[in-house]
Amino acid sequence: MKTPTPMVQDLIDAIGEQAVVWHDDDLLVYEYDGTIDRGNPDVIALPANTDDVVNLIKIANRYDAPVTPRGAGTGLSGGALAVKGGVIIGMNRMRNILHVDPENKTALVQPGVVNLDLGAEAERHGLAYAPDPSSQRACTIGGNVAENAGGPHTLAWGTTTNHVLALELVTADGEVQWIGHETRDEPGYDLVGCVVGSEGTVGIVTQVLVRLVPRPTAVRTMLAVYDSVRQASNAVSAVVASGIVPAALEMIDKMTIAAVEPVLNTGFPLDAEAVLLVEVDGPESQVEAEGARVEGILNRFEPREVRSATDPEEREHLWAGRKGAIGALGQIMPNYYLLDGVVPRTKLPDVLDGVYEIAERYRLPVANMFHAGDGNLHPCLLFDELEPGATERVLDAGGEIMRLCVDAGGAITGEHGVGLEKRDYLPWIFTEADMDTMKSLRAAFGPTENFNPCKIFPKGHGCGEAGHQHAQHQIAKFGPKAFV
Amino acid sequence: MSIASPPPPSETIWLTEDRPDAAELGLCVHCGFCLNACPTYHDLGVETDSPRGRIALMRGLDSGRIEWSPRVQQHFDQCLQCRACETACPSKVPYGRLMEATRAEAFAHDKWPRRQRIIWRLIMRGLFPYPRRMRLAGYGLMLYQRTGLQAVVRRTGLLRRFAPRLADIDELSPVADKPFYATNEAGNVRPTHPVRGRAALVTGCMMPLAYPETHRATVRVFTRNGIAVDAPDAQVCCGALHAHGGDVEAARELAKRNIDAFTPESDDLPDAILINAAGCGSHLKEYGHLLRNDPDYKERAAAFAARVRDVHEYLVEIGFESPHGRIERTVTYQDSCHLSHAQNVRSAPREVLRSIPGLTLSEMRKPDKCCGSAGIYSVVQSEISQRVLAEKMEDVLATNAEQVCTANPGCMLQLDAGIARFDDERRMMPRSTHAIELLDEAYRLGNEGESR
Repeated sequence: MKTPTPMVQDLIDAIGEQAVVWHDDDLLVYEYDGTIDRGNPDVIALPANTDDVVNLIKIANRYDAPVTPRGAGTGLSGGALAVKGGVIIGMNRMRNILHVDPENKTALVQPGVVNLDLGAEAERHGLAYAPDPSSQRACTIGGNVAENAGGPHTLAWGTTTNHVLALELVTADGEVQWIGHETRDEPGYDLVGCVVGSEGTVGIVTQVLVRLVPRPTAVRTMLAVYDSVRQASNAVSAVVASGIVPAALEMIDKMTIAAVEPVLNTGFPLDAEAVLLVEVDGPESQVEAEGARVEGILNRFEPREVRSATDPEEREHLWAGRKGAIGALGQIMPNYYLLDGVVPRTKLPDVLDGVYEIAERYRLPVANMFHAGDGNLHPCLLFDELEPGATERVLDAGGEIMRLCVDAGGAITGEHGVGLEKRDYLPWIFTEADMDTMKSLRAAFGPTENFNPCKIFPKGHGCGEAGHQHAQHQIAKFGPKAFV
Repeated sequence: MSIASPPPPSETIWLTEDRPDAAELGLCVHCGFCLNACPTYHDLGVETDSPRGRIALMRGLDSGRIEWSPRVQQHFDQCLQCRACETACPSKVPYGRLMEATRAEAFAHDKWPRRQRIIWRLIMRGLFPYPRRMRLAGYGLMLYQRTGLQAVVRRTGLLRRFAPRLADIDELSPVADKPFYATNEAGNVRPTHPVRGRAALVTGCMMPLAYPETHRATVRVFTRNGIAVDAPDAQVCCGALHAHGGDVEAARELAKRNIDAFTPESDDLPDAILINAAGCGSHLKEYGHLLRNDPDYKERAAAFAARVRDVHEYLVEIGFESPHGRIERTVTYQDSCHLSHAQNVRSAPREVLRSIPGLTLSEMRKPDKCCGSAGIYSVVQSEISQRVLAEKMEDVLATNAEQVCTANPGCMLQLDAGIARFDDERRMMPRSTHAIELLDEAYRLGNEGESR
């Protein structure tokens, strides 16, 4: 029988046996998130309130242990992985919606609240929580804040950072701070903006005051079917250039349709090269006028078909095809590597051509489903990690695609964060001096070196290949299928 | 898709051909979409008790990374097998099948405590498969209730004090106040309308004792819609509980006996094999998979499974007649997990309910979240089950429905226990009912109206 280490024992004494996971076999289920990297925590601690978080951080500090915050573990950049071991602080048990204020259109929530549950609660008051990542059924508000999550509807509404008014932060030295203000325009520096998107490197958020928005009175979702990706991308550029800001503007390519259609029966034609999902919302008259204009533009690019869904069920159906797309790729190949890059919208057609070219060169099937309206690409490389060398090939191809985005004047993440996955690409867009400035900002929040180490910033700080090494060792011992 | 061939038997932990399928395990891309759908993850708040986590544990066992410790076994045991994760899964991982396979292996590995094994043999192998013994047990229960002994036991709380587990079972026991259902009753009901089809009713092990009226209503409803219903006398328990628990050997034996009973001639199959219990229905539809390696039965099993229809599903399929009798009542519908998540039948029961004049359907916030019954789960994992039930009852009571309606005997028993426990101070909610009983009631009220 394994005995707990002194740190584990302290954690158990602080928050109880039922809130600490530390046996080797149990830890196995905390080594992954939604993507392909791995990290091996020494222990998971599951706080029930802010005081618990303070105590946990102090204990971790006492043992100089790395601290990695985790929500639902649906992230796509390795942000919630304990790459250097240490303590994962799992926020999923702090999942209460503390207060909804319909007059001021705000909600005070704990970080473990699931995005869609907040949406459902807001709906009861005729309101909505705008950021809607595809994982919204499971991902948590805390994770959304950490990664500055987006989603299809951030084209019109902006990402998480535009919807967080204030937050409670437990800093690296265990102090509780409220940052931001309900009035939306606090004098002084925008500290909330520094915390949102900081990927767990400056502290742990324990309460969030979010902005809610009115629910649109009318919605129209259009599906446009094209025989080439270029036609579809040109249509996207034309819609955006027209000055209309649709609520969402998504592209789904042939490979994705092949994965989604058989399981979800969304009605996407299997032989189309690309479909666009365009949504306009607002007051009835605006939806009618904008809908007609958008339809006119879509029709200029020789679509095979443009059709509209107006009733909620049909809309749900179309969106299910988009939001379920990533998971459905498991139908084609056992593993995927989902990229997240942004490019200026006008470069979309060329960059997409480049993505297909790179994938072909690396002999990797690629599926594209993405937020075309804001130039946020999500190429998804499909592979089987049991095939020798496949993972390396995928990582190399991913790097090339990221480089392509950067060369087109874009960036290496639109909404998934840099995390572990893309930290080595950071120097492509920032100079050494830029990164030093970011590090001093991080340091301003306190002794944060142990907070989600090995994330965002390129190698160094003794991270090396920490996460990968362990994984390589395990693979050598048990074979690649030892990993989920 | 290339999957490495399984290692030679000496290197694998699995003992039987029922092991979790490596390719099916590989379908999980660990996106985590299942987490929030899982009642045990919601309740326990640890990923080890989430679908994604349990799949990781299965893969850990499969690859030899972890040992099959009692702790790992507990995570498997704590799964309700409600399959809500399958609805949430964009990759369509057949989680229910994987969990049954894992339980089958646990059974083969003898991973259970001795006492649990003995009780299983006595009850699941010694009682459930034998209709006559079940009936005797039913009479025992009837006696226990009619003599007032149950009332005394409950009032004094003695059982709760000395044998809380037994008290839980007592709380979940059905009310045996109606004559038990006999298989020959079905054939005696003559269709009142022109016959357009022929169906065979699966009466099951518990239903004839606990809910005989549901069977009577089922037969009346279908004969009224021109379907002649028969209930083969040689049928036995469907074996769903056995398969869910991992006793696949017993499950296969029962399946074969039912295939012989229902489809003695392979060229003369009934149009539908009807079932009004969702848990049994989803298992009956899996007979083909269960007997896939049995050369004598695999084809017959697949043919049998293809004919299985849940009663609501079949009513909609044949285009049932709308009732004329009014039932002025607000009801809420609890999706039985094995109807919604396992069989994807969600709209049909609602269509049946909405066809009834006067009846209002007031939906819960999460109607397809498990009530915690889950076969024998409510007894063997009573603590989690009770917490899941408490949350369900909160949702039920918030609808202001006068009655809960569902599609499975286990759910009905569990919800009745919930009503007894959580509703007593608020209002007098009657026992839960089955949608088909409401339809039957509406038909009969309509008849009375016409004959008057």
